[in-house]
Amino acid sequence: MASLVASFLAFLARLISGASDLWLDCEPLPKQRIYFGNHTSHMDFVVLWSVLPDDVRAQTRPVAAEEYWTTSKLRKYVAAEVFRAVLVDRNSNTVEQRRDQMERMLSGMGKDQSLIIFPEGTRGEGDEVQPFKSGLYHLAKARPEVELVPVFLENLNRVLPKGEYLPVPLLSRVYFGPPLHLQEGESKDAFLERARQAMVKLASQ
Amino acid sequence: MIYRDQELFGLYMGILVLLVVASIIGFLLEWRVKTPRGRATVANINARIKAWWVMSGVFALANLGGTTTTILLFAFLSFLALREFVTLTPTRRGDHRSLLFTFFFLMPLQYFLVATQWYGLFSVLVPVYAFLFIPTVNALQGDPKHFLERTAKLQWSAMICVYCLSHAPALLMLRIPGYEHENAKLLLFMVLIVQLSDVLQYVWGKTIGRRPVAPNISPNKTVEGLIGGIASATIIGTLLWWATPFHPFVAWLMALMISLAGFAGGLTMSAIKRDRGVKDYGTLIEGHGGILDRIDSMCFAAPLFFHVVRFFYSTI
Repeated sequence: MASLVASFLAFLARLISGASDLWLDCEPLPKQRIYFGNHTSHMDFVVLWSVLPDDVRAQTRPVAAEEYWTTSKLRKYVAAEVFRAVLVDRNSNTVEQRRDQMERMLSGMGKDQSLIIFPEGTRGEGDEVQPFKSGLYHLAKARPEVELVPVFLENLNRVLPKGEYLPVPLLSRVYFGPPLHLQEGESKDAFLERARQAMVKLASQ
Repeated sequence: MIYRDQELFGLYMGILVLLVVASIIGFLLEWRVKTPRGRATVANINARIKAWWVMSGVFALANLGGTTTTILLFAFLSFLALREFVTLTPTRRGDHRSLLFTFFFLMPLQYFLVATQWYGLFSVLVPVYAFLFIPTVNALQGDPKHFLERTAKLQWSAMICVYCLSHAPALLMLRIPGYEHENAKLLLFMVLIVQLSDVLQYVWGKTIGRRPVAPNISPNKTVEGLIGGIASATIIGTLLWWATPFHPFVAWLMALMISLAGFAGGLTMSAIKRDRGVKDYGTLIEGHGGILDRIDSMCFAAPLFFHVVRFFYSTI
């Protein structure tokens, strides 16, 4: 049932967003990966998730905000059963709280699950990629063998801009870039900036 | 009524023969051409022919299905064209509400008016009401940046993709004495001439084309292609007079008008593409580009043909 709903939702998301996917030096394979994308619209993770091939999507879990996805029974069901989302609390301030969020993501990945994350944290206006938060770095450090795939979502901020409720069915595109890894001895800031640049480079395609 | 129209059946048989002949030529070309560049051209031609089979099939089903299916097909084409057009046109946050209005209210309403044959409102909905409403909505959004430019873009998208295109199925609402219940052929005549003219201009241009008409806009449109294409398309139009309410000479004039308007449409939409730095509006139809690349000429030909026929022939 849940997988049927998932297929239907993926179809619907592709229909509304007119999304096509473009893989640049990266193959759409069911490997364990962390997809990190730019965040400009409510539809971001659904669209990114929907353009993945079925087998890849079946083992990819979006990281989503707990405060949004636990407010009603329907949302809880969709998050848990359909998207199989890893829910995190975005208002974590103390060191322990943050460590707990990291634990949730790592256990959500397990042996073979991929994640979708948006390292900018909040949604930007879509004109520029914001500086990254450090979560991506900690994930890369904890799981150095996992491929980090930069993703750029184009036009979604026009399909459904911040603060709007109804999407305009324009055509959007999802770019997947060459995977990267944390290099030995690379500092947190250097790594985060390199990852951000990989995303910016996709934007100029 | 429409299903038993012998002449309509005849037109579709003609299209079928044309497609079969084109496919055979494409097959022979593939077999004969050896150079890499020639092969790429032939591969594109064959992709186009294949797409023509699909497009003709979809159109035939809708057209033979009657008025409702024809209107639904064009409404769907409008939606796809609008989507491609707006995607290519940079809009801002403040345009969101106007875009929602265009996609979900204006477009369905325009085709609803075609379906209910409300000619009066049909002909002024976009040029009067939408023309004034869209800038108002935009102004209420409170973003003055590039205001006139943005409004113009939204109005153009509504004008070309919704208003102009809706004149094609609107041909079905015309009432021509002595031609009652035969309007499906009028629509097919227009679509056939405008598309054949496009194809023939391409064929003549590829074979003997030398001098480009507007090199900065569209290097593939040549004077030779234009003259050859329009001359041959108008001959075909004349030979099809029996399917129309026209005298053969009038059929020739109509085909000439449709071809010229079609050329103007293709050229204008190319200018927009050039400005945006792309070759095609989309990737939906293999070998052709997007929907809008295929129907750009019709967007100009349909309203002209509709109004000329209405003025001289129709009682509505």
